[in-house]
Amino acid sequence: MKRIYTDLHLCANLNNLEQASRLIDKAAQLGYSAVAIPMPKNVDVHTQNLRTICKDLAVDFVTRVDLRPRNPDELLRDLRKCRRRFEIIAVLCDSKPVARQAAKDRRVDLLDFPQIDFRRRFFDLAEAELASQSLACLEIDAGRLLTLEGADRIRLLSSLRREVATAADFHVPIIVSSGVSDPLLVRKPMELAALSTLFGPTGKLALDAVSANPSSIITRNREKLGSKFVAPGIRLVREGKDC
Amino acid sequence: MRRRYLALHVDSAESFGSSELMNAVWNAVMKLYGEYGASQTGLRFISYDPQERFGIVRVGHRNVDMVRASLASITNIEGRPATVHVLRVSGTIKALRKKTGL
Repeated sequence: MKRIYTDLHLCANLNNLEQASRLIDKAAQLGYSAVAIPMPKNVDVHTQNLRTICKDLAVDFVTRVDLRPRNPDELLRDLRKCRRRFEIIAVLCDSKPVARQAAKDRRVDLLDFPQIDFRRRFFDLAEAELASQSLACLEIDAGRLLTLEGADRIRLLSSLRREVATAADFHVPIIVSSGVSDPLLVRKPMELAALSTLFGPTGKLALDAVSANPSSIITRNREKLGSKFVAPGIRLVREGKDC
Repeated sequence: MRRRYLALHVDSAESFGSSELMNAVWNAVMKLYGEYGASQTGLRFISYDPQERFGIVRVGHRNVDMVRASLASITNIEGRPATVHVLRVSGTIKALRKKTGL
């Protein structure tokens, strides 16, 4: 079966629709069928414009919000507000309590960690164990691998290799995204898969990180956000007087 | 050793000569994998057309991902923004030219 490639992290400038359009166009040219663009959690005005751009370019638009809570309580508040409005929820884990709460909450889709601040990458054994019991995936932005050089890139690769091995031990899915705002830094899905071999997954696992894993999150969340969803495994099939 | 031929396309507003592209690719491979890794790739330039920005390189079949990752890591050529994308991979130059239509 043909793979459907998805980039869950295109950092478009929402105040510059021309730039956003160029970025989405580049992603479409390079073979992505679906793209997710982080939106502000309180404003919905850009969604329709981006949806129109994506429709014109024949790309599936996925709404995403990046939460950056300061503490677990704030995370819970944000999740209550955002879960029904966005298809993807990513949490940038700046502190260990937030990371732990995000990993065990089933409403969180993606766990993000600071890319350069290696002391605040909290994806350890405990985090992976919690994530394995919920639905959270570890997201890795390949953009940093392209922009960093020398010692910083070596440290990032080393840190990613350790985290990916931990994730694999606990069967936590990995998502590899672009995480870039410059169209010249967008890479083909096969190139992202090849880059991910630098820190662990190879072959089918690397391709799953840009296709099957992100697609399964989108499918699952769209089903949940649909009007016929009741609970996991229970859907409204028919309603009316004769039921 | 079985070989694979990679069709490359340089994406940039600038134009580059074949030696500039060749240097950029070798530098990227050596940055990521070092001289030892680069020696294992079996990388060799076959051709590059600066007008079409289309090139062909040959690599060992086990090292396609290494070269693909190295090519993906290129963000500039001689200090000018550029990207190198792999268009197709094939076992023979003839099939590669047929597949890419060039």
